[in-house]
Amino acid sequence: MKVNKKILVRALAVILGYALITVLLKSGMLNRQYTSLLVPIGVNIMLAVSLNLVTGFLGELSLGHAGFMSIGAYAGALFTLHTDLPDGLNIIVAMIVGGLMAALFGFVIGVPVLRLQGDYLAIVTLAFGEIIKSVLNALKFTNGPKGLSKIPLLSNYQHYTLVFVVMVITVLIITNIVDSRHGRAVCSVRDNYIAAESIGISVSRFKIMAFVIGAFFAGVAGVLYAHNVGIIKPTTFDYNKSIEILVIVVLGGMGSIRGSIISAIILTVLPEVLRGADNMRMLLYSIVLIAMMLFNQSGFKERMMERIAASKQQKAGE
Amino acid sequence: MALLEVKNLSIAFGGLKAVDDFNVTIEKGQLYGLIGPNGAGKTTVFNLLTGVYQPDSGSIVLDGQDLVGKAPAEICKCGIARTFQNIRLFKKLSVRDNVKVALHNDMEYSLAASILRLPSYFRHEKAMNERAMEILKVFDLDSYADTSAANLPYGKQRKLEIARALATEPKLLLLDEPAAGMNPNETAELMSTIKLIRDKFDITILLIEHDMKLVSGICERLSVLNFGTELCSGDTSAVLNDPKVITAYLGE
Amino acid sequence: MRNVLEQLINGLSTGSIYALIALGYTMVYGIAKMINFAHGDIIMVGAYALYVVSLLLHIPVIPSMILTVIICAILGITVEKVAYKPLRKAPPLAVLITAIGVSYFLQNLSLLIFKATPIPFQSVIQVPSISIGGLNISGVTLVTLIITIISMVILTLFINKTKAGSAMRAVSEDKGAAELMGINVNRTISMTFAIGSALAAVAGILYICQYQSLRPTLGALPGIKAFVAAVLGGIGNVPGAMLGGIVLGIIESMSKAYISTELSDAIVFGVLVIVLLVKPTGLLGKRKSEKV
Repeated sequence: MKVNKKILVRALAVILGYALITVLLKSGMLNRQYTSLLVPIGVNIMLAVSLNLVTGFLGELSLGHAGFMSIGAYAGALFTLHTDLPDGLNIIVAMIVGGLMAALFGFVIGVPVLRLQGDYLAIVTLAFGEIIKSVLNALKFTNGPKGLSKIPLLSNYQHYTLVFVVMVITVLIITNIVDSRHGRAVCSVRDNYIAAESIGISVSRFKIMAFVIGAFFAGVAGVLYAHNVGIIKPTTFDYNKSIEILVIVVLGGMGSIRGSIISAIILTVLPEVLRGADNMRMLLYSIVLIAMMLFNQSGFKERMMERIAASKQQKAGE
Repeated sequence: MALLEVKNLSIAFGGLKAVDDFNVTIEKGQLYGLIGPNGAGKTTVFNLLTGVYQPDSGSIVLDGQDLVGKAPAEICKCGIARTFQNIRLFKKLSVRDNVKVALHNDMEYSLAASILRLPSYFRHEKAMNERAMEILKVFDLDSYADTSAANLPYGKQRKLEIARALATEPKLLLLDEPAAGMNPNETAELMSTIKLIRDKFDITILLIEHDMKLVSGICERLSVLNFGTELCSGDTSAVLNDPKVITAYLGE
Repeated sequence: MRNVLEQLINGLSTGSIYALIALGYTMVYGIAKMINFAHGDIIMVGAYALYVVSLLLHIPVIPSMILTVIICAILGITVEKVAYKPLRKAPPLAVLITAIGVSYFLQNLSLLIFKATPIPFQSVIQVPSISIGGLNISGVTLVTLIITIISMVILTLFINKTKAGSAMRAVSEDKGAAELMGINVNRTISMTFAIGSALAAVAGILYICQYQSLRPTLGALPGIKAFVAAVLGGIGNVPGAMLGGIVLGIIESMSKAYISTELSDAIVFGVLVIVLLVKPTGLLGKRKSEKV
């Protein structure tokens, strides 16, 4: 019965979320500024949840997530720019094309790279992100540094239902994977890869699986991004974008999908609230990143918890 | 036919011969002990058997299958499971999930079944849960099923590691110093548990141990390693009374 | 032929800047077993520091360079104490993320202070160019090469001949054992960060004299490339960092001249990927596997 209750709560959260957006939008309570945030929130949730699979659950730091996003964005945009399907079908096929393209790159990159460990892997993913960027800059059919423009706005706020549904499906799929034998295998690789091998888990297989799935959804998010803003350039998807996604994941808590969702919403809305202080925002991001790490990892949290527990005990004793 | 047959096994690190021409034959159902002073190469033998290291020469045959050249994950599928000297649990996972990971290859369902929550997912998850609890019960760990492994007390972590290894349904179980860090009471309890699992799970056990009470209490046969080479082997009581062994442990 | 030689000297000059930065990465990795991702931004701080000290405060060239080096050394020590030291026992992932945070912090702080618009910078190195057999070498290039060679010789002597240097080597071999032998590990780590950051400051000064424009993100690209150089040479290995830097500089300058300017970065990173896949520990690195 416990499981059913969990599903019920989740379903309720999804329905309430959708109802809230619809009411806010239709009643005109959201001004244009906030309306324009709806799709970015969905896109960021997808990016964060998919990166969380790689960084939080698999335990490998990927600094090339924006690179996969860009592949999806370019592939999807090129598709809709060169085909003439009806709008609804067009964006759906574009998402599949973008996602598969990103997944393909994830696989090609992942197979050799995932043999490396830890720091090396992080740097090589960063290098790949930069390679993708500079290749996009140099290629003719992606229109070089100018990028693609006049991309049909098939996933802007008017299509919020589509974005919402895709976002929910993404979260659902990743949650389901995490809570399955495949997800457990991925976590076991993170916690102790030698022990994982010793009980028959093929470490490289699950590393690649998590990496490719992460890349796929980053690609789909890229497609939605491209068809929301209409213009994409190689510089849109630089290293800073990868860091931004990482900040969302770290703030929400590595290995927590709910955390990623909440933190994606906060960190997408916050800059609008703090509008005008854009430089301060980035500075704030960096401080949050450092502070979160120091708080969670230096043993500070444990000491705090112990102190709280001790004082509670003391009170109970009195 | 013997379950495990190891012949002329050797490996060198740099110039140092960590294991040199090691031979052992273990019959099905045996409780076999591997002893020797610190640094004698015992854990290296385990690492060779489980594919963590590849031997420079020699052969390892388990139940008719040649294990040399196989990766650790494949060797596990062939039927060897192990524990580690320095405990290696999946710390952030729950006790139950630690065992369930080990059932990974035993109860398979596809990725699609996970994503779409097909009936086979629920069927296998249910079976996995039941099996995991069954195994945990043997080790009195069932009441800790939802605790995260990192929060278990030390002695229970050692037990959980054995439980996890057993969940892969090995033919041969390798225990690397299972009693390390345990007090005499815990050791006594561990001894009966080891005997119990040998009978209940119908497996063969090879263990490394320094605690002579445990070794003489449960092992039927012993091999003694010293400086990477075999000093002697045979029945437990005969080996333990061998003057060569006593010298190796106590010095001249 | 002359063209090739000129590109080679260009490559040597950029490469030697990479090598100076790579040394910082490699030394810190050797001692603290972490990638100091913020190392590239120390170059940027060095460049701005030189700008403020020499052009705004009108301090003469040589003293202002020395001041710049000192500022960066202190910054390096501070960063280590505040952000990295509390995480000595944390998993590498946490340390790496923190280092990325520090890098981001430094960049955005200078963005806040100095704004995003690039500030033109007149080279403070006023050395006439020389020509050997029709081959023109600019003064800045010449100075870069000379300063790099001097720095490397001093560093090598320091590491191999002094007591503090052998303490550093000991800590990088085995922190615990070094501590038992009475070596002050914290002080050794601080010293490593100070030296690494000082070298980055030197690199920053040379870099800014070559490129003559200040931006808050100017450290990012040379930082990443120097890291690539360090990994290429085998991270943790001092001669490897020097070799890696020079090799990378030459590859970059050659691919800019003969293949494509736009793709030169992709080629540089491609080389890293290939080297790591063939030899995961870099050209001169030693393999260390986890003990089971």
